[in-house]
Amino acid sequence: MSKKVLIVGGGLAGTIIANGLIRHIGEEIRKGDVSITMLGTSDTHMYQPGLLYIPFGKIRERELFRPQRKVLDKRVIFHIDPATNIDVENKKVTCNSGTVHDYDYLVIATGSRLMPQNIPGLAEGAHWLYDLEGARKMRDALDKFEGGKIVVNVNAPHKCPVAPLEITFMLKEYLEGKGLWDKTEITYTYPIGRLHALEPVAEWAKPAMDEAGIKYETFFNTKEVDPAGKTIESEEGVTLDYDFLVTIPPHNGAEVITESGLGDGGWVPTDRKKLTHPEHSDVFVCGDTTNIPISKAGSTAHFEADTVIDNLASLLTEGRWARDYDGKVFCFVETGMKTGTYVWFNYETPPNPGAPSQMIHWFKLAYNRLYWLSARGLL
Amino acid sequence: MSERKIIDARGSFCPGPLMELIAALKLMEIGEEVEIWSTDQGTAKDVPEWAAKVGHETVDSGEKEDHWFVVVKKTK
Ligand SMILES: Cc1cc2nc3c(=O)[nH]c(=O)nc-3n(C[C@H](O)[C@H](O)[C@H](O)COP(=O)(O)OP(=O)(O)OC[C@H]3O[C@@H](n4cnc5c(N)ncnc54)[C@H](O)[C@@H]3O)c2cc1C
Repeated sequence: MSKKVLIVGGGLAGTIIANGLIRHIGEEIRKGDVSITMLGTSDTHMYQPGLLYIPFGKIRERELFRPQRKVLDKRVIFHIDPATNIDVENKKVTCNSGTVHDYDYLVIATGSRLMPQNIPGLAEGAHWLYDLEGARKMRDALDKFEGGKIVVNVNAPHKCPVAPLEITFMLKEYLEGKGLWDKTEITYTYPIGRLHALEPVAEWAKPAMDEAGIKYETFFNTKEVDPAGKTIESEEGVTLDYDFLVTIPPHNGAEVITESGLGDGGWVPTDRKKLTHPEHSDVFVCGDTTNIPISKAGSTAHFEADTVIDNLASLLTEGRWARDYDGKVFCFVETGMKTGTYVWFNYETPPNPGAPSQMIHWFKLAYNRLYWLSARGLL
Repeated sequence: MSERKIIDARGSFCPGPLMELIAALKLMEIGEEVEIWSTDQGTAKDVPEWAAKVGHETVDSGEKEDHWFVVVKKTK
């Protein structure tokens, strides 16, 4: 009997796994011993990190998109038919169309979604660039901005932990370029008692913000926004006025996860080494959707996917596990329009960012292009 | 009352124990408790300090073999 691998979610993690797995088990696929099916929501694949550049006019929208069918190896069976229920007890996934898929191995890679509506007034009062519609609106609003108070507000949990800092420093340089910096004041807010969850990044960010003349407010967990009065208030009791509010909205996991009773807030409980559901070793979980306490980032999804590919390929061909995930994450950090740095860490090794340089900024720009090779499983 | 929720943030550098706790509290009901585990000593100080600031209650804290733990009750 042929073995069925079913992947729910055709974003970064799902796509890398599908393509990477095919490269390991081409022979089994050719003989019909294994099939790989992916369920997705759309015929286009978006490069999410590219959204960062949209409000600043630094990328053309079309550069962010490719047809998913072209990104996926042609041997992957692809249905645009979102999963509506995932039943891990009976090994069945039901889709929007009513089709029910069974599987031998399931990969859950349904990512995370923005939930500005979780904070009263936030959706009405704030701008964000974490989805295309938001990034477009922010670009249009920035075009009209003539100076004033900007608040960059960060909420947890959210994906791409360094994006808030990147946005802040890029905003400053953008406004300088437009001659508006003299008339502008930026305040950055962060939920915990320093400027970034990663201590070394926070240590770097503080003097960088002081030097740039950017103000900050730590221990700021957003309670509500008053869009009419243009104020934002924290649970800790601080209220800030704003003329232009940028937010990193809080995130939840996918709706299908909550509706299937697979995890609170849409985060699937995940064994941090095996990357499987703790009670179902035939269910792999990868990317933003896990409840593992590390960054929700494309880089995390990528290193996790490599582990899932190795284990799935070994299980399918030799019936054994190959290896554990060590918690590795690598992130580029744009420190302005022309410089960048990076951090890497794993479960054991703490992060240690180097001095920002132009070369690292160029690496990040190069990666923006190389992404498509990575999604294809080639990098 | 439901069982106490455990967040195992051992080995977590990013987003870090306090961010995990903040995210978890949002999904909980008032009166429920959460216990956070961390390999970072700072957590033992940061978490109670933050909880006091917001008005949540620190029920217990201490050290076990390989980690620090703090128990927080959601009060608002
Ligand atoms: C502005 C921005 C900048 C970023 N910058 C960086 C960066 O510099 N470096 C970095 O490493 N990461 C970055 N990221 C984060 C990165 O994009 C995500 O962490 C990554 O995409 C996570 O991969 P994923 O596969 O888990 O989720 P996604 O790529 O979001 O994919 C999830 C997929 O599942 C699909 N799905 C959801 N529900 C269902 C369903 N019911 N049925 C079927 N399919 C479903 C979704 O449509 C989606 O296609 C950035 C993100 C943003 C928004």
